[in-house]
Amino acid sequence: MATPQFEVLAERQERRRGALLALPAFLYLLVFFVVPFAIVVVYSFATRTAQGSVELGGWNLDSYSRLSEQIVRDVLTRSLTLALITTLVCLLIAYPFAYHMTTVGPMARNLMLVFVMIPFWTNFLVRNYAWRLILVTDGPLSQSTEAVGLGTTDLLFTQTAVVIGMVYSFLPFMILPLYASIERIDRSLLEASSDLYASGRQTFRNVLLPLSMPGVVAGCILVFVPSLGAYVTPDILGGGKKVLLGSYIVTQFGTARNFPFGASLSVVLMVVMLTATIAYFRGGGRNL
Amino acid sequence: MTAPLRPRRLAHRARTGHAALVYVFFYAPILLLVVYSFSADRLVGRWGGFTLDWYEEFWNNEQLTDSIAVSIRVAIFSTVVSVVLGTLSALALERFTFRGRQVFDALLYLPIIIPDVTMGIMMLVFFAEAIEIISPTYESIFGEPLTKGVNTIVVSHIAFNISFVSVVVRARLAGMDAKLEEASMDLYANRWQTFRFVTFPQILPGIAGGALLALTLSLDDVVVTQFASGPGATTLPVFVFSLIRKGVTPMINAVSVVMLAASLVLVVLMLVAERLRSDGVADTSRET
Repeated sequence: MATPQFEVLAERQERRRGALLALPAFLYLLVFFVVPFAIVVVYSFATRTAQGSVELGGWNLDSYSRLSEQIVRDVLTRSLTLALITTLVCLLIAYPFAYHMTTVGPMARNLMLVFVMIPFWTNFLVRNYAWRLILVTDGPLSQSTEAVGLGTTDLLFTQTAVVIGMVYSFLPFMILPLYASIERIDRSLLEASSDLYASGRQTFRNVLLPLSMPGVVAGCILVFVPSLGAYVTPDILGGGKKVLLGSYIVTQFGTARNFPFGASLSVVLMVVMLTATIAYFRGGGRNL
Repeated sequence: MTAPLRPRRLAHRARTGHAALVYVFFYAPILLLVVYSFSADRLVGRWGGFTLDWYEEFWNNEQLTDSIAVSIRVAIFSTVVSVVLGTLSALALERFTFRGRQVFDALLYLPIIIPDVTMGIMMLVFFAEAIEIISPTYESIFGEPLTKGVNTIVVSHIAFNISFVSVVVRARLAGMDAKLEEASMDLYANRWQTFRFVTFPQILPGIAGGALLALTLSLDDVVVTQFASGPGATTLPVFVFSLIRKGVTPMINAVSVVMLAASLVLVVLMLVAERLRSDGVADTSRET
C-alpha cells in the first residue's frame, strides 16, 4: 500500500530499524533466559560428585534413567493424577458457568467477567493461604459442617486440599478461554438444533461441545500445565506430606543436592509444557 | 414456542444458581480471611472477639516491613525496565519485519508459559555460575563479594515481565489503526515525531496496562524470587511463605489482608486502564 519510493534502500532501513527495536529485549532474554535454560539442560546430562557438586564433562543419561525408579515414578504419577483431576474439576465447574455468561445481557456479562478477573489478579499466595485458614482443624469449614450435622471435617494436608487449592487458583484460566470460544458460536445453530427436535443433551453433545472444543482444549492446557508444576499450593495445603513434582525438583536443588537429577526433572517438565503449548497453538489457541 | 421454553427456563435458573455458587467459592475465602484477621483468638480460623493486635504486631515486625521495602523497590525497578524493553519489542513485532522475527516472537512467549519452578531453578543455577565467574573481578573493584540480593531478584523479574508487557502492548498496537501512522508520515512527520505524537498517545493505555500487570506479577511472585534472592534480602511474599511453612499465626492473616488490599488497588487501576484501552479502540474503529 504505502510502499516508499526508494524501495530497496528504504526496505533495508526498515528491517534494520525493526531489528534495532527488538535488540535490547532480545539480548536481555538471551543472557537471562536462554543461557539459564541452556545451563539447566547441560546440568541434566552431567554427573553428581560424591560431595553433591556438579561435574561437567563425562556426559551421560544417568539422571534420566532414574526416571524409571519406583519413587520417581510414584511422584510423577501422583502429580499427573492430581493435575488431571484439577483440570477435570475446573472443566466441569467452568463449562456451565461460561455458557451461562453468554446467555445473559451485556451489562451482566461484563460484571460477571470483572468478578472472575478480580480473583485472577489477587495475590496468589494469599489466595492459597485463605484456604489454609478455612480448612484448618476446627476452622470455619469444620465448624459449619458440624453445625449442619455432618460432623467435623479435617481436610488440611490431604490431596483433596491440594486439589481444592489448585482449582481455586486456576479456575479463571478455564473460564476465560471457554467463555471466549462459546461466545463466538452462532446461537442460531443451537436454535436450529432444538427446532429439529434435538434434546438439550443432544444439542450439547453434537453442536455446542464440538464447536467450543478450541476453548476446552485451551482451558485444559492452561490449567494442566501450572497444576503439574505447582509448588506453592501443595506446600501450603498439602503440607508437603505427599511429594509432588514441583517440590521434588526443588528438593534436588536443596537438601538432596542432586543438581543433575533436579535438572533432568525440570527438562521433563519443560518438554510437557512445550508439547502442550504447541498443541494449544495448533488447536487455534492463538485466536482466543 | 412456549412449551419448549419451560425446561429451558429451568435450566437457566439452575445455571444462575451454579454461577452464584462459583462466586461464593471465589469470594468466601477472601472475605473470611479479612474477617479472621480481626479475630482476637490465638488460633487462626477461630473467632474470639475484635482486635487490631495482629496488625500492630505486623507493623512492629521489622523483618516484615523491611521485606515490604524490598518488594516495592524490586517491583518499581523491574517494571520500569520491562516496560521500556517490552514496549520496544512490541513495536518491533507489530510494525516491522526483520530477520529472526519469528524466533524472537517465540522466545518472548517462553517466559509466560514456563512453569514457575523451572524458571526458579534456571535462575538458581544461572546466578550460581555467574557469581562464580564474575565475583573475583567484582571483589577486586568494589572490595566486597558479589552476592544474591535485590539486584538478582530484579534481574529475574525483568526476565519474565518483558514478555507480559510486550503481549499487552502488542494487543493495543494491533487494535490501533496503522493508517494514522501512515497519515502522519504522509504529512512529513519523521519517524520520531510520528511515534511521539501519534503512536505513543494511542498505545499509552496499553503501556499503562502492561506496567500494572508487571507490578502485580512482581509483587506476587514467590517461586522465582525464592531462588533469585540471597540471605540478605527477601521480598514480602517470600518472607510470608517462609512464615507459613514454619506455622500459621494470626499475624499472617493481617499481613495477607494488607497484601490483598494492595492487589485490589492494582486491580482497580487495571480495570481503569482496560476501560481507557477499549474506549480508545472503539474510537478508532468508529472513525474508519
